[in-house]
Amino acid sequence: MTAVLETRDHDVIVVGAGGAGLRAAIEARARGASVGLICKSLLGKAHTVMAEGGVAAALATVRPEDDWRTHFRDTMRGGKMHGSWRMAQIHTQEAPDRVRELEAWGALFDRTEDGRISQRPFGGHTHARLAHVGDRTGLEMIRVLQDRAIHSGVEVYMECTVIRLLVAAGRVTGALAYRRENGRFIVFRAHAVVLSTGGIGKGWQITSNSWEYTGDGHALAYWAGAELIDMEFVQFHPTGMVWPPSVRGILVTEGVRGEGGVLRNARGRRFMFDYVPDIYQGDYAETEEESDRWVTGDRTRNRRPPELLTRDDVARAITREIAEGRGSPHGGVFLDIASKRDPDYIKRKLPSMYHQFRELAGVDITTDAMEVGPTTHYVMGGVKVDAETQESTVPGLFAAGEVAGGLHGANRLGGNSLSDLLVFGRRAGLAAAEFARRQGAHAPVDQAECDAVVSGSLAGFGRVDGENPFALLAELQALMQRHAGIARDRSGLDAALTGLGALGRRAERASIPGAREYNPSWHTALDLRSLLVVTEACARAALERTESRGGHARTDYPNSDGALERMQVVIRRDGGAMTVRREPQPEIPPELMRIIREGV
Amino acid sequence: MAMRRFEVFRGTREAGALQEYGVECDEGMVVLDAMHRLQADQAPDMAVRWNCKAGKCGSCSAEINGSPRLMCMTRLSDYPEDRPITVTPMRAFPLVRDLVTDVSWNYEMSRRIPPFQPRAPDNPDGTWRMYQYEVERPQEFRKCIECFLCQDVCHVLRTHGKHAEFIGPAFLVRAAAYELHPLDMADRTGYLKDEGGIGYCNITKCCTEVCPEDIRITDNAIIPLKERVVDAHYDPIARLLGRLFAR
Ligand code: SF4
Ligand code: SF4
Ligand code: FES
Repeated sequence: MTAVLETRDHDVIVVGAGGAGLRAAIEARARGASVGLICKSLLGKAHTVMAEGGVAAALATVRPEDDWRTHFRDTMRGGKMHGSWRMAQIHTQEAPDRVRELEAWGALFDRTEDGRISQRPFGGHTHARLAHVGDRTGLEMIRVLQDRAIHSGVEVYMECTVIRLLVAAGRVTGALAYRRENGRFIVFRAHAVVLSTGGIGKGWQITSNSWEYTGDGHALAYWAGAELIDMEFVQFHPTGMVWPPSVRGILVTEGVRGEGGVLRNARGRRFMFDYVPDIYQGDYAETEEESDRWVTGDRTRNRRPPELLTRDDVARAITREIAEGRGSPHGGVFLDIASKRDPDYIKRKLPSMYHQFRELAGVDITTDAMEVGPTTHYVMGGVKVDAETQESTVPGLFAAGEVAGGLHGANRLGGNSLSDLLVFGRRAGLAAAEFARRQGAHAPVDQAECDAVVSGSLAGFGRVDGENPFALLAELQALMQRHAGIARDRSGLDAALTGLGALGRRAERASIPGAREYNPSWHTALDLRSLLVVTEACARAALERTESRGGHARTDYPNSDGALERMQVVIRRDGGAMTVRREPQPEIPPELMRIIREGV
Repeated sequence: MAMRRFEVFRGTREAGALQEYGVECDEGMVVLDAMHRLQADQAPDMAVRWNCKAGKCGSCSAEINGSPRLMCMTRLSDYPEDRPITVTPMRAFPLVRDLVTDVSWNYEMSRRIPPFQPRAPDNPDGTWRMYQYEVERPQEFRKCIECFLCQDVCHVLRTHGKHAEFIGPAFLVRAAAYELHPLDMADRTGYLKDEGGIGYCNITKCCTEVCPEDIRITDNAIIPLKERVVDAHYDPIARLLGRLFAR
């Protein structure tokens, strides 16, 4: 069978239209490339819209002493010294320009008294550093970028999902995708491909991620022969909703704590004072009074509240409080801002939290505490890329944003994601356009390969008595939640791998009822293929890392191991099987090491 | 757990009908949860569009008992238990299948609005000064999540099908966001009057009622825009005065 396929040619295609993808598309277009932007959902619906707290950049509008070096230090220490120092350096040096550029493109950030961009404090950041728009910063960012992209001649393919990258002679030549609306396939020929597909959070039961976050970009890169790093490092955000059951996992922004919200257990104790780790001793307030003074504005003479520790530490503390029987009625802890801020302030600074709790949980956060608990939020790991260009180990294939690994190390700081998208989205778009310019004619499409992928993806239609893709997805999520969640050990991870193997075999027997037009059971069956790759990569890497660090906690290896600090777990496909190896990262140059050790 | 009854539109542009389902529902569930459960257990090929499940992306728009709403922000407990809840697709846009409509026209409209055009930077480092009181008005419009529920309810589009002549309330909100942006220099009054068709709006305020972001579409966006259009295009005295005082 030879499928007749719609074919589109572009210099650069960008897969995924969140912040990183849009920024990459804008940059590639500005450099003269013809750009196709392919998104799984409608334009402007990507997970970036969910980002609430803000974008971290050392603009120094609120705290003049801030600069990239302090931001760099915070990022490296927050990543538990595991991150790529070069990416962290580029990120913190370029983030301020990227934020100012958004303003020039129409973004309306909240202001300081003297009319500059206001910045709010956030976990792990020494200074108030997050430019924000109330608690809908991501929406503002995506709208500005979306407008810029459509007005600059980027061609957008909405509700279009890439299922395979085309590779010839060791280099990327395009992609094969299907359109949801009609179920037809489409071939893109391109000189360069930028992956900006986001994360893998849909692999867990309790998650803040939407249906799209099935690790497509990670899996596409893996199938194309690229290397993945740090896949064991998944961020469990400390505060997701826990009640009612149907909203479990929905994100409660860290901005609540940034604005003064405090965490209490069932006994009313502010337990975070008990959990300040050694590396941060002396950096955080030691009494409620000191922390209150900091909240009400005296920030030079008081230290910040321990609720603003990094996410890995806060999530683990909450988990421990719950496990030891000090949790709230529905299995979380209490997050209280009502006793720290007046109702008008809360509604102005946290409008969507106010709305979300009122509508979905019947809770008024200006008078009552919220119940919160950890939720799967972000993957630090991803495609291994060159720090300068974001090029993967496969020529012509680039990755930016959550799908790329390295910047955040073992734990990401809040606010560093939005700036990551801008800084590295731009760099990826730039490098992709330049790479494309050096190429000649488009490589011919390998029709036989496309046919094989097409017929493989249609196999579930017409199969009766097969597996229900939704049920398989639910089983996979339960498996990962149980064995590869916030606390892991060898036997659990072994069980996860065995379970994933079995699910993989069953997924090959999925049956899809109905037609190809907008059929979610079919989409779920295809998404499962990506999820199976990324969850396996996560479990294998987690087994390999015999220590606890950042988002990765092993109950059988509860301590960090200095020998593994700069060791990276690299995953690659070899002869059809997943291989795992350890690789040391480049040394941190002494002048940067001095900044990290001694401060600025 | 309680069994609740739903009547859901199933079908395509050519043929379709309400179909009855019973779904086991738990405390706190929203309509989107029920649709997902239905999908997982009884109707795997039922088309539903969604992303965030938290009222932030504007993907899950549909009509619930006939009124345009976000499925993810509509709690089942708001509806009487003894009657079925009907869930149907938005009516102002062509159907794709089941609960999903083709909203691409909206993206076309959005592309045609003259884009943001800032004045020259105030400071040598390329930045501007803007104050909180100045940004608050346009920030209201920037809350728009592009759910298109206002487009769905507006009679100019829904009943009269003037999609070729009128951009609809959602994009009047967008235009207002630019027009009231403290830095913006572009003049969109000509566009709004002609291509945008602002004159079709007769201020019924139905759009404001359905907006899940509580944007006061009519009062705060459309009426001020109408005034600008009138000032610029119909009122010679105002135009003259405008010119005199603009200096
Ligand atoms: S106020 Fe105008 S735009 Fe809004 S629904 Fe009525 S006619 Fe449509
Ligand atoms: S203005 Fe309101 S109703 Fe209209 S698209 Fe925006 S958010 Fe939806
Ligand atoms: S799913 Fe995002 S608004 Fe309903």
